[in-house]
Amino acid sequence: MAKNLEFEEYKYGFRDEHKAIFQSGKGLTEEIVRTISEMKGEPEWMLKFRLKSLEQFRKMQMPRWGGNLDELDFDDIQYYVKPSEKQGKTWEEVPEEIKATFDKLGIPEAEQKFLAGVSAQYESEVVYHSMQEDLEKQGVIFTDTDTALREHPEIFKEYFGTVVPSADNKFAALNSAVWSGGSFIYVPKGVKCEIPLQAYFRINSENMGQFERTLIIADEGSFVHYVEGCTAPIYSTNSLHSAVVEIIVKKDARVRYTTIQNWAPNIYNLVTKRAVAEENATMEWVDGNIGSKLTMKYPAVVLKGRGAKGMVLSIAVAGKGQHQDAGAKMLHLAPDTTSTIVSKSISKHGGKVTYRGIASFGRQAEGAKANIKCDTLILDNQSTSDTIPYNEIMNDNIVLEHEATVSKVSEDQLFYLMSRGMTEAEATQMIVMGFIEPFTKELPMEYAVEMNRLIKLEMEGSIG
Amino acid sequence: MSTQFEIRGLKATIEDKEILKGIDLKINGGEVHAIMGPNGTGKSTLASALMGHPKYEVTEGEVELNGEDVLEMAVDERARAGMFLAMQYPSEITGVTNADFLRSAINARRGEGNEISLIKFVRQMESKMKQLEMNPEFMHRYLNEGFSGGEKKRNEILQMMLLEPKLVILDEIDSGLDIDALRIVAEGVNAMRAEDRSFLIITHYQRLLNYIKPDFVHVMMQGRIVKSGGPELAQRLEAEGYDWVKEELGIVDETVGQA
Repeated sequence: MAKNLEFEEYKYGFRDEHKAIFQSGKGLTEEIVRTISEMKGEPEWMLKFRLKSLEQFRKMQMPRWGGNLDELDFDDIQYYVKPSEKQGKTWEEVPEEIKATFDKLGIPEAEQKFLAGVSAQYESEVVYHSMQEDLEKQGVIFTDTDTALREHPEIFKEYFGTVVPSADNKFAALNSAVWSGGSFIYVPKGVKCEIPLQAYFRINSENMGQFERTLIIADEGSFVHYVEGCTAPIYSTNSLHSAVVEIIVKKDARVRYTTIQNWAPNIYNLVTKRAVAEENATMEWVDGNIGSKLTMKYPAVVLKGRGAKGMVLSIAVAGKGQHQDAGAKMLHLAPDTTSTIVSKSISKHGGKVTYRGIASFGRQAEGAKANIKCDTLILDNQSTSDTIPYNEIMNDNIVLEHEATVSKVSEDQLFYLMSRGMTEAEATQMIVMGFIEPFTKELPMEYAVEMNRLIKLEMEGSIG
Repeated sequence: MSTQFEIRGLKATIEDKEILKGIDLKINGGEVHAIMGPNGTGKSTLASALMGHPKYEVTEGEVELNGEDVLEMAVDERARAGMFLAMQYPSEITGVTNADFLRSAINARRGEGNEISLIKFVRQMESKMKQLEMNPEFMHRYLNEGFSGGEKKRNEILQMMLLEPKLVILDEIDSGLDIDALRIVAEGVNAMRAEDRSFLIITHYQRLLNYIKPDFVHVMMQGRIVKSGGPELAQRLEAEGYDWVKEELGIVDETVGQA
C-alpha cells in the first residue's frame, strides 16, 4: 500500500549567497589546525591540545562497527570557515544575508516568544548571541565556546576535555583538533534557569565539516534546560558534522539537553555526547534525529555519584538511503543510580534504524536500576530495523529491564482512521505522531510544533 | 435529500473464501434496518465489506449511496460521502488523544478551509459526551487505549454523533454492554434518527431492538438474507430462537466459510 517516491526534496534546502571571509580549503593538515588556533587568538595550551588531538586522530582507526563510513573522505572536507569578522551581540549587528537565512528558519519569532538567550551557529562561528538580563544577573554564563575560552579561561580549562577526552574515539579526536563554536554554559550553585537556553545550528558551506564543541557545567543544586535545533541545506557531496558535547552535572543539579536534528540526506552526523552526573544529580538527554546520510550518536550518562539519575529519550527517523545508528549509554558506577532509556525509531522508504546501547553496572553499583524500552515502527517492506543492546554487569544486586517492540502500521488501524474520513496519508501521519508522542510531549511548546511539522513534511509522500 | 442506500447482489470473499453470497437490501432515508442471525453467518463481513476493509474482496454486485457507486470509493471517500461504521472491535491508537482524533475526523469531512473552530468543537464534544454519560477525561485519553468494551462502544457512538453521517452501520454495538450502557447507547442512536439518516443495525440479540425500534428485520444465514419482516420477526426470534427459520428453509448448517 505504501509506494516509494523517486526522490524526496529536502524541505530546508535553501541556500543563501553569504560569502565567508576565510575558508581553509579542503583537507586536514597541521597548518590548518595552527591557522584555526591563531585566527581565534587562542592560548598556547589549546593549540597544543589541538595538535595532540590531530595526532590522535591520525593514529586511530576508522570504526568498523555501526554505519558504513566507506564514502567518507577526510580529504574532501573543509575544516574551517569563518563567516564574518565580528560576532553580532545584538540582532541589529548581524549581517543582512545571515539574517535572511535565520528568517527562513523562524528564529526571531521563536525568540520573541520563548528565548532566554539565543546563540545561533552559522557555519563555524557563532554570529548572533543574546541573553536575557536576569540570567546574567544570576551569574549564568551562556556564550559561544570560543568566547568562553577567551573570557572565562579558568573554569574552561578546568572542565574542557574531561568528560570526552580527545582519544575517546576517532571523531572526538577530529573535533578536538579542529573544533569551532558551540555553546558554553555555566550555571552557578543553586541557580535554576526557568526558561530554556537555545541555539540554532546550520551548516552552509559545501563540503564543510562542522565541529562545534559544547560544554555545560551545572554547579550544585542548579538547573538548566539547553535546547538545540539543526537544519542544513541540501548538497550533492558528503558533508560531515562531528560535534562533541560535554556536560558536568554536580551534586543535586539537573540538566536537560534537548536536540532536534534535521540534517540534509548527504550529511554524516557523528557525534559524541556525554555527561557526568554526580551525587543525586539528574541528566536528561532528549534527542531527535531526522535525516542525515548516517547518524552515529549514543548520548551517554556516567552515573558517578550515589543516587544519580540518567535519562535518554530519543527518536530516530530514517528515510531513503539513510541509516540512523543511535542509542544510549548508561554507565552505573555508584550505588542507587537509576537510568531510563526510551528509544523510538521509524524507518520508511528503505531506511535503516539501529538501536545500539550499553547499560553497564560497575562493582559499586549496588542497588542500581536501569530500564530500557526500544520501540520501532516500520512503515514499509523495504525498511529495516535492528536492536543491539549490550549489558555489562559487575554487581549482582541490580535491576535491568529491557523491552523491545517492532511494529508496522496495522491494516486495522489505518482502516479505522480512514473509515472516519481521513486519507491514508493523514491516517499514517496520525499513527506516527502518536508513536512519537512520548518524545514530543517532552519538548518545549514551539519545538513540539516544529517537530510535528517536520514529521508531517517527512511523512508527506510516504503514501502513494 | 433523503438518503437512498442500495445493495444489489453483493458477493465478497476473504482469502478466496466466499462469505457473502449475494446480498440484496434497500434502505430509504429515515429507516432503521436490523440484520440478525447466529454467529458465523456473514453479518460482520457485510458491515466491513460495505465500509471497504482491505481484508475483504468484493467479487460481484453493486452498492449505491444516493446514486453514487460506493464500491469505486476508497475507505475515506466512503466516510466523506456519509457512511459510518461503528465497529465491533475499534482499534487502539496510542499517543493520539480522543479529542485530537475526533477533531481530525470532523475536519476531514468538512474539508480544508472549513475547519471547525476549537471552541465549537469542544462545546459539541462536551455536550455529546454528557449525553452518553462519558467521563470528560476520556477526551484526553489515547484513542480507545485502556477503554473497557463498553467505553469503546460509547466512544463509537460519540463519533457517530459528532460526524453526523447519512448511513450508519452499527456492528454488534450491543456486545459487551451492560443494561445501563445499552440504554445509553440506544438513546444516543435514537437521538440521531432523522428523515435523512438511515441505519443498518447488525446484532446477535434481540434485546438491542427493544431500545432501538427497527422498521425492518432481516435474518442472515449462509451469507445471504434468508428472511425479512417487520419488528415482530425479531420478537419471534427472541422467543423461539433461529431453529424454526432453519427448519422452514431446510437449512442444516447456517454458518458460512467456516473451516
